[in-house]
Amino acid sequence: MKEKNKEPLFHIVKRDALPWYKALGIRFLAILLALILCGIITTITTGINPLQVYQSIVLGAFGSVRKTWVTFQNIAILLLIALALTPAFKMKFWNIGGEGQVLIGGLVAAACMICLGDKLSNAVVILCMIVASLAAGAIWGFIPAFFKAKWNTNETLSTLMMNYIATQLVAFYTIVWEVPKGSGKIGIINQNTNVGWLPQIFGSKYLLSIVVAVVITIFMYVYLNYSKQGYEISVVGESENTAKYVGIKVEKVIIRTMLLSGALCGLVGLLLVGGINHTVTTTIAGGQGFTAVLVSWMSKFNPLTMVFSSFLIIFMDRGASEISTNFGLNHSYSDILTGIILFFIIGCEFFITYRLQFRKKAEKEEQ
Amino acid sequence: MEKETKVAAVSMKNITKTFGSVIANDKVNLDIYKGEILSLLGENGSGKTTLMNMLSGIYFPDEGQIFINGKEEVIKSPKDALRLGIGMVHQHFKLIDVLSATENIILGLEGRLNIKEASRKIEEICEKYGFEVDPKQKIYDMTVSQKQTVEIVKVLYRGADILILDEPTAVLTPQETEKLFNVLRKMRDDGKAIVIITHKMHEVESLSDRVAVLRNGQYIGSMLTKDTTVTEMTNMMVGHAVTLNIVRPEPVNPKPRIEVQGLTVRNEEGIVKLKDVSFTANSGEILGIAGISGCGQKELLEAIAGLQVTEAGTISYVEDDGSKEMLIGKDPLKIAEMGVSLSFVPEDRLGMGLVGNMDLTDNMMLRSFRQGHTPFTNRKPSKQLATDVVENLEVVTPGITTPVRRLSGGNVQKVLVGREIASAPTVLLTAYAVRGLDINSSYTIYDLINEQKKKGVAVIFVGEDLDVLMELSDRIMVLCGGEVSGILDARKTDKNEVGMLMTRVGGKEHEGKE
Repeated sequence: MKEKNKEPLFHIVKRDALPWYKALGIRFLAILLALILCGIITTITTGINPLQVYQSIVLGAFGSVRKTWVTFQNIAILLLIALALTPAFKMKFWNIGGEGQVLIGGLVAAACMICLGDKLSNAVVILCMIVASLAAGAIWGFIPAFFKAKWNTNETLSTLMMNYIATQLVAFYTIVWEVPKGSGKIGIINQNTNVGWLPQIFGSKYLLSIVVAVVITIFMYVYLNYSKQGYEISVVGESENTAKYVGIKVEKVIIRTMLLSGALCGLVGLLLVGGINHTVTTTIAGGQGFTAVLVSWMSKFNPLTMVFSSFLIIFMDRGASEISTNFGLNHSYSDILTGIILFFIIGCEFFITYRLQFRKKAEKEEQ
Repeated sequence: MEKETKVAAVSMKNITKTFGSVIANDKVNLDIYKGEILSLLGENGSGKTTLMNMLSGIYFPDEGQIFINGKEEVIKSPKDALRLGIGMVHQHFKLIDVLSATENIILGLEGRLNIKEASRKIEEICEKYGFEVDPKQKIYDMTVSQKQTVEIVKVLYRGADILILDEPTAVLTPQETEKLFNVLRKMRDDGKAIVIITHKMHEVESLSDRVAVLRNGQYIGSMLTKDTTVTEMTNMMVGHAVTLNIVRPEPVNPKPRIEVQGLTVRNEEGIVKLKDVSFTANSGEILGIAGISGCGQKELLEAIAGLQVTEAGTISYVEDDGSKEMLIGKDPLKIAEMGVSLSFVPEDRLGMGLVGNMDLTDNMMLRSFRQGHTPFTNRKPSKQLATDVVENLEVVTPGITTPVRRLSGGNVQKVLVGREIASAPTVLLTAYAVRGLDINSSYTIYDLINEQKKKGVAVIFVGEDLDVLMELSDRIMVLCGGEVSGILDARKTDKNEVGMLMTRVGGKEHEGKE
């Protein structure tokens, strides 16, 4: 028998909805604390001055004009994938197949470049690439959606498995198209003719992805919040029974939304292959299909917030790798720092939803 | 009953609990005595369940003290509550379907697992209080009343002598209710303290020794049941005088509106839920549907609304000029496109009728979002409708941008009913329209339904409170095990007759149940 059952020091109480500036303040504080902790850990483990560390982070992302452009381009790509996944998530359809949908879009874009490059004019090739990439991504989204709609299969598994299929297909075609033979990679496609290379706009090779990202962000914001289809997605996501009750055809919405989600991922594949890398490898998506899941959820499916989330993640990512190169640290070190920061950002959501109620003083006196 | 040597088994002092900006309990004082049945009364959202949840360790009070048998205790978890002999039977059963009664009862207990010993002890408890439980029976095989019995035995098994029941009779037939009451009286005589939360005033009168009233999270008072009246209790709950009359206007010019012939429905598991059901619902009339829950009421309404796959039979909609249109095989969208204005207030408000996470405006839009030829939604009419509903039906809400799940049960139902009648329906289907609603909200809903009846709407009202069904309906159809066991004139029948039909199929004793 316990002789005394003391009142706990604090207990957790649900908060009322916080005003936006307070919620923002908590998030800001979390990032600040994360940075401080990162600095402390860096100093303790490596003996480097934390101020230097922070400087490196900023310089890593914005140290030169080129670095700044690359940072923004990376943000655009991550943001685009997150935007593509968002309608599916809003429908409570766990599309974690962004990686595969991007890859397959990139693969068919490369296929167009390689197979049609010397047969058709540049403009026609690019047109083919656009159509093919969107279609390929859409198919990759359609297959899990169809099975989900018809037989209620688990979409988490099927979208994940589609990733592996896409990766293996890319690996296979890398061997088929490898240049030179035996090198195990495709190399830059159409390096001399530049056929199928997406055009540079305003003379910058980085700007295209950024412009596309801006357009899609606005489109997605309007689509989700103000269109009938967006409304249907929300209803299906919240309650399938309610959707059926008001005559929404759930199967149709699932398939339609995944076609859109997949097609947008395919578009990212197109940008990566046709606009940025001009080649295709199995790692061209670089795990961003998964990072984008985090971006989408962290932003609570709000396209505008996603701009900031992807900025934060890319900024930290580039800053962290700068630290590891500048100070000769292992690359895993940047992962550790990114991990700490994400932990703080996600953890602070708890303090936005709940608060801690501490034991009242008056009761203490009584005891 | 003499209570000279009353011991306060539980004494709650100055209990305060807030959820965000909502004060659920505001300095509540409550005493619970041994050998007494206490009815805890209050409107929806008055904080009854919250208060009891703090006693059973589910919530932790922000302020205040709890004394058990005169000693101050801190209840941090249900485990602490059980250690102190407090057990709660929740409104929504917390049982695992695939396990047997015994397994559910001993679930989570420490010590060695000894099913045989446990079964013996369970039988002992059952014998003592007159429960009927088969320890080996699986939960999914049980009726609602049996499940409830398991819940009660579960808390008794754990040695509870302070028992809290949250709306225990909401799902029971009159006969089952009486049986439960007998058990509760036996437990009281055995010296246990019993708290029952209920909205049904006649149950309060027949069962409890004392009543305590909460209003808006505040403790209003308590008195002996024999010294008070229904009117007094209601007035205390609501805070002002109310009249408790259901009017029943004579149907004006009733004409057949919905004709159902030989309807048979199987559920997904292939079990027959409706068998050869035939009836006609008339315009300007309320057709009440009585029956033990799960006797096909849900399937019947959903079949008419186009949400249920049917196996045989026809459902037709009769136009004013007598022409008929088939409703079977059409989904809600097709039915609406045919120009049939059919409104449906389903049983599961937040799971089917509304979207909990959406605000009032977006919920109003559920029915109308397709309007207009652009690919964009137009929120203006919905906003207007939301404002009107809030105003006309006196919905208590911080605003029309509040997610509906934050509203209390009665207000959620007002939002749902408000939307459904806004489309000027010709047929109105309602399933358990007042379940979980307090008296005041219930009467608002009855008034709204009567108003529709006066407008010539054919109302099909699935209810569980027989008293209400008898007062509100023009005709009552009784379902038993998916079959129609009788259609009665509500003005001429009595509760006994309906109660008997509820457990009989076409005059035969229903198998498996008493």
